[in-house]
Amino acid sequence: MSSPEVTSGTGRPDDIVAVPVRRPGRWIAAAIILVIAAALVRSVVTNPRFEWSVVGEYLFDHRILEGLLVTIELTVISMAIGVALGVLLAVMRVSSNPLVSRASWLYIWFFRGTPVLVQLLFWYNIAALYPKLALGVPFGPALVHPDVNTLITAFRAAVLGLGLNEGAYMAEIVRAGMISVDEGQTDAAQSLGMTRVQTLRRIVLPQAMRVIIPPTGNETISMLKTTSLASVITVTELLYSSEQIFAVNYKTIQLLIVASFWYIVCTSVLYVGQHYLERYYGRGSSREANARQSLRMEALTSPYEEGGR
Amino acid sequence: MSTPMVNAQGVHKRFGRQEVLQGITLAVQPGEVMCLLGPSGSGKSTFLRCINHLEKINAGRLFVDGELVGYRQVGEKLHELRESEVARKRAHIGMVFQHFNLFPHMTALENVACAPIRVKKVAREQARAHACELLGRVGLADKLAAYPAQLSGGQQQRVAIARALAMEPKLMLFDEPTSALDPELVGEVLQVMKQLASDGMTMIVVTHEMGFAREVADEVVFMDGGIVVECGKPAAVLANPQHERTRAFLSKVL
Repeated sequence: MSSPEVTSGTGRPDDIVAVPVRRPGRWIAAAIILVIAAALVRSVVTNPRFEWSVVGEYLFDHRILEGLLVTIELTVISMAIGVALGVLLAVMRVSSNPLVSRASWLYIWFFRGTPVLVQLLFWYNIAALYPKLALGVPFGPALVHPDVNTLITAFRAAVLGLGLNEGAYMAEIVRAGMISVDEGQTDAAQSLGMTRVQTLRRIVLPQAMRVIIPPTGNETISMLKTTSLASVITVTELLYSSEQIFAVNYKTIQLLIVASFWYIVCTSVLYVGQHYLERYYGRGSSREANARQSLRMEALTSPYEEGGR
Repeated sequence: MSTPMVNAQGVHKRFGRQEVLQGITLAVQPGEVMCLLGPSGSGKSTFLRCINHLEKINAGRLFVDGELVGYRQVGEKLHELRESEVARKRAHIGMVFQHFNLFPHMTALENVACAPIRVKKVAREQARAHACELLGRVGLADKLAAYPAQLSGGQQQRVAIARALAMEPKLMLFDEPTSALDPELVGEVLQVMKQLASDGMTMIVVTHEMGFAREVADEVVFMDGGIVVECGKPAAVLANPQHERTRAFLSKVL
């Protein structure tokens, strides 16, 4: 019997080629999953009550697409308000001024403590509380008197409700990000003569972004779907548009499928966006990503390299 | 004698009830290198942080280049300085930290050029050119585009020194600059610091590197329990300590 050949002519041992361990569990799991998936697909395809032709008919219906647009608008504007408000509240929360930090705490406490649906209904009915708005000198003469009922449309009520609520959640996310940055970073920035605002903007927040981005992506995806609550206050976003159609033709399930389809499409797009954002703010963190970026940077800084030598 | 670069008179610092500095009195002349020695917890690092007002002192007086640190004296009263005034004064004092504290989201070049651009409002191109020159001086001309995570500890600390030098400080504070380094990387950082000392920079160095203290320091100060136990020329203090506490410490580290 001869022992297996270990080295080739060069003296370097050959790469190991071994028989892999058998994993019967995997085959069994795969079989079970396949059977379940096949059964699901079969029922979806063969059950005539799905009426896929109806789904296809309404998928690109102009009312659906208009609703989709409103949903996207609501998501973008509400998240923009939420993020801006969140950063502001987070900075206020860590302020050395006790009044400012408590005001921020109170805001977060209130808006996280009440359901967003209640807040939406509240803003929708705000005219009952303040029928007239007076803009002008505080306690002095008012300059304009907009009518609240015409000022706060259903859409604006939804933006207010969703955005202000989101601000409270974003504040905690941003604060968590700021806490995650090592204190030595602040020491270093301040020892170089940076003010607190410069330190926050140039040093702390960019590093906090790595921690802030993933939960913010999560919040955006969540917001996309939470906008469906605005249907309750008659905003014709994606869900309400579908509801209006099936209220007439009774094709309830089919139109819910249409709405779900578009929600999933939008969520998938957000996944991709989040991936790229994470990669951008992760620069300098993992060696692999670094190598890629430094190649690019070297191309940019090469003229100085010669000057430095 | 000219105005001392750093002049501490009975500096006290408390953290809660714990008195970390219990009356530090010392002076560092321009161009001088002072090494602060002592066991951990003796208040060396805290004293260093007081000098650029990262910590507020509770009693005593602390002057840098003849000016009170953190306060303005009007008659008998002390007025706290505004944040922008404190920042402006800090800009003239370089600090190097034990854990480097480089900005991880910036390349070596950006780390060095950042403060001149943001704080001194130097033109971007000029700041970057100066940063290149400084990185060349600490032997890192080929690492301009590297992120801190791609550099060894010794290289990171040299970038940190270049970053502090970019602000053209009149005083450099080193807080255990080699304590977090692998032994074989300590030398390259000390080499840069020696060069800096021979160029005439005023330096205060908290260190456990006795060889460096003996060779480079003009004066060594031994601290323990928040007070200066003894100070003097390195040859005298290190070779022939007068106090029991100093002797005990040195016998352990030498």
